[in-house]
Amino acid sequence: MEDILNRLDQKFYVQARYVQRPNLAFVTLKKNVAVQAITYLRDVEGFRHLVMISAVDYIEQNMFQLTYILHNYQLHSDIAVRVELDRENPVMDSLHHLWAAAQVYQREIKEMFGIDFPGSPRVDEPMILEGWDNIPPMRKEFDTKKYSEETYFPREGRASCDPVKIMEKKLYRVEAEVKYEIKRVVRDNRNKSADAN
Amino acid sequence: MKSKELSETIEINQQTPTKTILNPWQPFWAEQKEFDLKSGKYLKIWHGPQHPGVTGNMALELTLQGDVVVDCKTHVGYLHRGFEKLMERRKFIQCFPIVCRICVPEPDYNEYLFAAAVEELAGIQVPERGQWIRTLVLEMIRLASLTMGLGGQAGAFGLVPVGQWGVAHRDFILDLFEELTGGRIYHMYIIPGGVRQDFPDDEFPHRVELVLQKLEKLILDIEKLMFNNAVFKARTKGLGKIPAEWVELFGITGTNARAAGVPIDVRKDNPYLVYEQLDFEMILGSASDVYERSLLRKEEILNSINLIRQIFKKMPNKGEVRIKLPNVLHWKVPAGETYVRAETSRGEMGYYMVTDGSEYPRRVHVRGASYTHAMALLEQLAVGVSIADVAGLMVSLQTCPPEIER
Repeated sequence: MEDILNRLDQKFYVQARYVQRPNLAFVTLKKNVAVQAITYLRDVEGFRHLVMISAVDYIEQNMFQLTYILHNYQLHSDIAVRVELDRENPVMDSLHHLWAAAQVYQREIKEMFGIDFPGSPRVDEPMILEGWDNIPPMRKEFDTKKYSEETYFPREGRASCDPVKIMEKKLYRVEAEVKYEIKRVVRDNRNKSADAN
Repeated sequence: MKSKELSETIEINQQTPTKTILNPWQPFWAEQKEFDLKSGKYLKIWHGPQHPGVTGNMALELTLQGDVVVDCKTHVGYLHRGFEKLMERRKFIQCFPIVCRICVPEPDYNEYLFAAAVEELAGIQVPERGQWIRTLVLEMIRLASLTMGLGGQAGAFGLVPVGQWGVAHRDFILDLFEELTGGRIYHMYIIPGGVRQDFPDDEFPHRVELVLQKLEKLILDIEKLMFNNAVFKARTKGLGKIPAEWVELFGITGTNARAAGVPIDVRKDNPYLVYEQLDFEMILGSASDVYERSLLRKEEILNSINLIRQIFKKMPNKGEVRIKLPNVLHWKVPAGETYVRAETSRGEMGYYMVTDGSEYPRRVHVRGASYTHAMALLEQLAVGVSIADVAGLMVSLQTCPPEIER
């Protein structure tokens, strides 16, 4: 594994590497050499199985990380190629010409993270979310709880079986009122400070 | 057979007007076919989202010429529940009721892989008996899934009794799961550090053995009714051939790859749990059609039965099944990234987990085997197949749509 990483480093300059276990290594490559490096790994080093493509949202560092995991059937080992993308304009070169499976992954990432892969077939077609007009849902700033509260409403006539609620209603009315009042004040203050910011 | 001849003539007709494009960025799988639907030659139908045989909802948009498929597009999204996103706001132990719902027929693989990823990142060692019980659970659920899958395969070609036998015999295995874990379909039995509890009593292996004997009898019956059936043979031999060179191109794994003669098995290549100590052979085929794949799955059932017997023979009788861990709601897993994989009945399943040292996973990506089988591969395989055989072809890839959209 070390030899392969050294050869990869000589050819494409590995920015960072770390070996998670003897048969799995992570390497970080620059965006403009990533597709070349993956082609090299596939054709020369024998990493011929594309396990998956995935994206991770690092909102604090304002970047997306794309992870390509490649598997070598002879060595039974994996190399995960990580590519860091700018979060403002996330565009990555397509891999659809290397593996037929890649276009499906790219379609999903386009939909879920908004990372574009120009040239990938059917990449703009919705795959899972038909008629979605919000921000891509797997991004960190998309709040699932807020979205579901805004979009869906509880059915009328539904009774709660939550023991906390029942106890509050039956035994601790005053305490519950105080509790919710405090919660409301705290929330209002937070909203106010958020608006001010 | 007739449909195949027809499809060949159609292909010849189509090839004459178009010229071959030799563009490396436009390989055959990236071609967009366009059909003049107004000409009256073609008919577009939706096959799905409800299907006989496939566990879950998935639609095929088929373009037909006569009764032969000339174009196929897969549509998913009927089962999307955003599990990967939901996991990002749940603590590690709270993810277990979610992950097992990713694949209904084989929930334990998801639990095992999630637990294994957490264990690897946190550096937790599982006691030996815990590992053996995990292997037992995984083999039992493989057996249940394969039995039902084989029944679904037969059902898609009109042999409904086999389907009913399959589901009934799966139920016996689910009963065993109820004894062992408390749940029938979703078990939430494998947790980081081991499994939740030991066997209910000393007689448990004996009751498993009784079910295994029932299954062996069932296989004899299935052989008579399904594999020696002239109609089944005529319809499935030569249908849905996957060339061996497609295996790497389309990321095909599991029985679908082994039926094409490509020796890939995660249990052999990257042994996890105690598979190194178990004695079994990789089952390979060559014809790579629907018949071969069903035959291979039947062999896999027998292999699983053999493995379960070996596990009971070789496993230590006493010992801890789980190590003591701190309060489950306050786990903080160190920052890191990992990818763990296991061999399900459908192929390679893997979990890619990224943690950042907090109480919540930063990102969990589930690599399901059906993902590439049903999306990229099926679109190519379905071309040239008669509409009557499309359902059988789908089942023969062992598709599990919940795994595709998570």
